[in-house]
Amino acid sequence: MSMKTSTRQVDGVTIVDCSGRITLGEGSVILRDQVRELLSKGQKKILLNLAEVTYIDSSGIGELVSAFTTVRNQGGELKLLNLTKKVHDLLQITKLYTVFDVKEEETAAVKAFK
Amino acid sequence: MTEHRVSYTLDSTLETVDSAEQTAGRIAVEAGFGEDEVMQISMAVREAAVNAVLHGNAYDPGKKVKLEFETTGGDLVITIRDQGKGLDPAKIPDPLAPENLMKTSGRGIFLIRSFMDEVQIYPSLTGTEIKLVKHVPGAPGGGKEASQ
Repeated sequence: MSMKTSTRQVDGVTIVDCSGRITLGEGSVILRDQVRELLSKGQKKILLNLAEVTYIDSSGIGELVSAFTTVRNQGGELKLLNLTKKVHDLLQITKLYTVFDVKEEETAAVKAFK
Repeated sequence: MTEHRVSYTLDSTLETVDSAEQTAGRIAVEAGFGEDEVMQISMAVREAAVNAVLHGNAYDPGKKVKLEFETTGGDLVITIRDQGKGLDPAKIPDPLAPENLMKTSGRGIFLIRSFMDEVQIYPSLTGTEIKLVKHVPGAPGGGKEASQ
């Protein structure tokens, strides 16, 4: 299953619902393009909902880091929501879990944006 | 655990990466690994294939990736060889070092080492061979230390 994204707005926060695989190639490119498009529209409060992400490789992890850095460098915020156990474990062993602002509940996550 | 060996010669493409991952998952299931270990093995093979295709062969259509699976003595042994310039393991930065933590690449070998029981990298001027070993829990001879 390839990567798919859809976006919705909640209280000024853009929630990106991601599904499928964030891997080298198409999956990483789709995520990158999505984040760039939001930033180009001035949407700088981004919540990546990864509940339906079934797989992520090192390129996908790199893409999450890139998205986080890119948004932050433009004065925005990017948070992660609903990690699957696989993604959670990957972020733990790569020591990125504490770098990202990871949330488990959407309403609280939206409120956490400044 | 039935002993057998199968090998593939693959093009330097992204399709090879997906194919290697899927084949690894199937063989790991057949070898008797559980769900979590199947995921670890297939991801380790995917990362090794990515290194072979991108960093080793650099998508060169004239260069191939050789992938071999061998089940023997309670171990699943996977070998991935490319025809690139050779990867020097000593020059791979630690992705957990504070200065590298926010880099967007450089985690592949680290993940491979995290997921497999043994990892050996043999660089040469004609390519890099990486050998991955996973012990089958409960298999006769499984869990033994393989020679370097």
